[in-house]
Amino acid sequence: MGYTAHFRVWRGDANGGGLVDYEVEVNPGEVVLDVIHRIQAEQAGDLAVRWNCKAGKCGSCSMEINGYPRLACMTRMSIYRQDEIINVTPMRTFPVIKDLVTDVSFNFEKLLSIPAFAPPPGLQPGEYRMQQEDVERSQEFRKCIECFLCQDVCHVIRDHEENKKQFAGPRMFIRLAELDMHPLDVADREIAAQEDFGLGFCNITKCCTEVCPEGIKITDNAIIPMKERVVDRKYDPLPFWRRRRRVEERATPQ
Amino acid sequence: MGQPTITRHSSDVLIIGAGGAGLRAAIAAREAGKTVTIVCKSLFGKAHTVMAEGGMAAAMGNVNPHDNWQVHFRDTMRGGKFMSHPRMAELHAKESPMRVWELETYGALFDRTPEGKISQRNFGGHEYPRLAHVGDRTGLELIRTLQQKVTSLQQDDKKATGDAESGIKVFAETTMIRLLMRDGRVGGAFGYQRATGDFFSFTAAAVIIATGGLGKTFKVTSNSWESTGDGLALALRAGATAINMEFVQFHPTGMMWPPSVRGVLVTESVRGDGGVLRNSEGKRFMFNYVPEVFRDQYATTEEEGDRWYTDPDNNKRPPELLPRDEVARAINAEVKAGRGSPHGGVFLDIGSRRSEEFIRRRLPSMYHQFKQLADVDITKEPMEVGPTGHYAMGGLEVDPDTQATNIPGMFCAGEASGGLHGSNRLGGNSLSDLAVFGKRAGDAAVAFVDEHGHQTPKFSDDELQAYAHEALEPFRHAGESGYENAYDIHRALQEMMFSLVGIIRTEDEMREALAELDKLDERAKKLKAEGPIAFNPGWHLCFDVENMLLLGRCIANAALLRQESRGGHTRNDFPTMDPEWRRTLLECSLDGGTVKVARIPGPKVAPELMALFDRHELEKYFTTEEIDEAEAANRAGGATAATGEGA
Repeated sequence: MGYTAHFRVWRGDANGGGLVDYEVEVNPGEVVLDVIHRIQAEQAGDLAVRWNCKAGKCGSCSMEINGYPRLACMTRMSIYRQDEIINVTPMRTFPVIKDLVTDVSFNFEKLLSIPAFAPPPGLQPGEYRMQQEDVERSQEFRKCIECFLCQDVCHVIRDHEENKKQFAGPRMFIRLAELDMHPLDVADREIAAQEDFGLGFCNITKCCTEVCPEGIKITDNAIIPMKERVVDRKYDPLPFWRRRRRVEERATPQ
Repeated sequence: MGQPTITRHSSDVLIIGAGGAGLRAAIAAREAGKTVTIVCKSLFGKAHTVMAEGGMAAAMGNVNPHDNWQVHFRDTMRGGKFMSHPRMAELHAKESPMRVWELETYGALFDRTPEGKISQRNFGGHEYPRLAHVGDRTGLELIRTLQQKVTSLQQDDKKATGDAESGIKVFAETTMIRLLMRDGRVGGAFGYQRATGDFFSFTAAAVIIATGGLGKTFKVTSNSWESTGDGLALALRAGATAINMEFVQFHPTGMMWPPSVRGVLVTESVRGDGGVLRNSEGKRFMFNYVPEVFRDQYATTEEEGDRWYTDPDNNKRPPELLPRDEVARAINAEVKAGRGSPHGGVFLDIGSRRSEEFIRRRLPSMYHQFKQLADVDITKEPMEVGPTGHYAMGGLEVDPDTQATNIPGMFCAGEASGGLHGSNRLGGNSLSDLAVFGKRAGDAAVAFVDEHGHQTPKFSDDELQAYAHEALEPFRHAGESGYENAYDIHRALQEMMFSLVGIIRTEDEMREALAELDKLDERAKKLKAEGPIAFNPGWHLCFDVENMLLLGRCIANAALLRQESRGGHTRNDFPTMDPEWRRTLLECSLDGGTVKVARIPGPKVAPELMALFDRHELEKYFTTEEIDEAEAANRAGGATAATGEGA
C-alpha cells in the first residue's frame, strides 16, 4: 500500500542553500527517483535533478541518499522504514550547480588526459584476434557507466580539493587498468598511473568498490594489481638498476 | 528582465545529438579535417544508445559462415515487411561489418568466439547468429567506444594546436530549440544551456540531426528521458519532410511490475539465448501466432524449436524469435483473451530452461535489473513482460546514400531518420544503422562544406534576441492562473497516445486522438514555468512537450490514413497487408503550422535486389505487375542502372 514519506531535499546553488522538507506520496515498488519526480511534478517544478534512462544503465542520477552515494533510479524505497526521514543531497565531491545537480567536469578533464587505446601498428580492422578469457579482465572495467559515485566517495578528493590536481580517482584507475590489460594495447600505462595520475594516493579502503552500482571490483581487480605492477617496475632491484644506469648514461656527457 | 546574452559559436559542421549516430558522424567529419561542434541534451556519453542491450547486427559470418550481406539484406526487408528503403538496406548490410571491425580499432572489446573473432548471437528475424555483442550491454560499449575515439581525436588536436577543443567541441546539457534558416537553407541552430539557462547560437555550414527517437510521447516506453523527438520536430518546423511516422515499434518484452519500472526493456537476447513466452496456462502460445508470410521459416513444434538452438542447420527457429511486431501483437492478444499474467503481461521463462551459471554470464544486466527492481530471480522464476514503446521507424526523409534531407545543408542519421527499417525494425539493426549512416552523414556533410562552406548564412543579434524572447515566454506567466505546468500536459499526452495510438489502432480511436491533440495544443499555448532560469526542468519540459505534441499529431494523422496493417502499424479495422499500400509512403510536413500528410510513391526495389527472393515470397508483398516488371528487367540483363532511388 502507498504511504506518505518525509523527504528532505537539498535546494540551492553555488552560493548556498539548505534542506527543504517535502511530504510526498510513495507507491509500492517505487525508487527514490520516482519520488523526486513526484516532488518535481507536484510541488517544485524547478527542482533540478539529472536523470536519463531510469534503469541503472546511464549513470546520470548519482546523488547521496541518507549520506550514501547511490543511483536514485536503483534505490528502492522499500529499503527505508516508512517513518524514516530521507535526506537527499548532491554529490559532495563536486561543485553544486543547482539542487541535486553537480558540476562533474573534473571527471571529463581527467578522462581527456588518459592516452587513448594504442593498437599494434599495421593491424587492420577485421584482423583483431583475442581470446574471451583475455578480454574478460578489461570487460569488467568497461561495464563502468561513469556515474562517478566512486569519485564522489573517494576520501582522497572528498573534502580535499587540493588533491584533485595530482589524483585522477578510481574511475580513471579502472580506465588505465582496462587499457593496460587490453590484449592488444601496446602503450605503457603503469609508470604513468603512478606518476601522472596519483595511484600512490590510494590507500585501498575499498569505498569505491562498495558504492559501485555495477559491482566492479575496483580495488581488488584494478587498483591493487596496478600498484603491484608499478612496484615491480619501479622498485624491483634488477629493472630499477637498469633504469638507473640508463638515466645515468643519458646524463653523462658523451 | 534585460536582454539576455547570447554566446555565438561556429564550426564547419554542427551535430545535434551525441548518441551513436552523432558521434560516428563527428568522427567522420573530424577525420576529414573539419571543425565539429557536438551539442547534446545530457552529459557526454549518456545518450539513449547506452540502453541498447542485445547487439549490433553485421554479417561477418564469424559464427555461421553462410552469412553474408545478401542474407542480412533479405532479413531486413522481411522484418520491415518490404517497406524498408531497399538502397539503405543494401548499404546497411554491406557496410555494417566494417563499422563493427572499426570499433575494435577504437578499443571496443566484444565477446569472442573460440577462434578469437567477434562472437555473434541469435536475434529475432535474423537467419544466422549475427549480433556482435558484449553480454547484454552492447549499447554501452558502442557509445563508450565512440566517446573514447572522440576523446582521442581531441588529444591529437591538443598535440597539434595546444587546444583539445580546437577540432571537436562538445556542448553537453545544451538543448536546441530552433534551427537557424536563411533562404531555405540551414545555417545552424539556437538553444540554451541547461545548467545556466544562457542562450547559444551555433552556426555551421552543415547540420546533422542525430537526436534519436520519440518514445517519451508514450506512457509505457523503454526510452530514456531524452527521447522527445526534438530534432525531428525542429526540422519539420524548418521545412523538412518525415516519412513512415505511423510505424512505431512496441518491443514485446518490457517489464510489467512494479509500476515504476513498467516499460523498462527486457532484452530480446533472453529469447535468443533460450527463453520462451508462456501464458497463464503455461502454454508456449507463440506457436499459434506464426503469420502466413513466415510459416516456412519457423518451427511448428516445441521439440523442433528447442533443437534449433544447438542444430540450426537442420531445424527451424522457435516462433518466440519472430520479428518484434508479431510477438508484441501476440502478447497483446493473449492478454485480451484473459490468459495474461497477474500484472497484465505474459511470462518470459529462461530460468527453467538454462542453468543459473549460463544466465548470469550471458544476461548479467537482466539478472540484476530484475533482482534489484522487482525482487525476481530470473534464474528461478519467470519474468512478467508486455509490450513497451521502443522505436520510431519513421523519421526525416533522407537520400539513402548521403542522408541529406530536402533542406540544403541538413543531414540526418540514426533513429531520427526514416527509411531503413520500413514498417518494423529488427533487433540489432539499430546499432549498425547508427554506425553505417552516422558515418555516411558525416562524410556527406564534409562534401557539402567543401562545396558550399563559403556561403554559410549569417544571423543578426536582433533575430537571435527575438528567439530568446520567445523562449522565455513561460517565465512571464509564473504564478498566473489559467496557465499550467508542462508536467501535466506531458502526462496527459503520454496516456492518450498509449491508449489510442498504441499497438492496436482503429479509425474511431485515431479521430478521438486527433481531437484530444487539439485540446492539448490549446492547453500548451498557456504554459508557465516557475522559479529561476538556471537548471529548471519545468521550463525545459515546455519545449519537449511542444515537440512531442507535433510528432504525436504526425503519428496519429499518418495512422489514420494508412488503411492496412503492417509492421508497427496495426489497424483492427484493416487487419491485412495490402500490396498497393506497400508502394505508398506517407510524407508528413508542416504547412503554415498545420500537419499535412501526403501520399507519395515509395522507392522501387531494384530488379537485382528483387532477384534475391523467391517469386513465391515476393507474391506475399508485391503486386504481380511489380514482380513481372523486375523479372523482365533481370531477363533483359538491364538490372545494373536502377538502385532503388526515388520512384
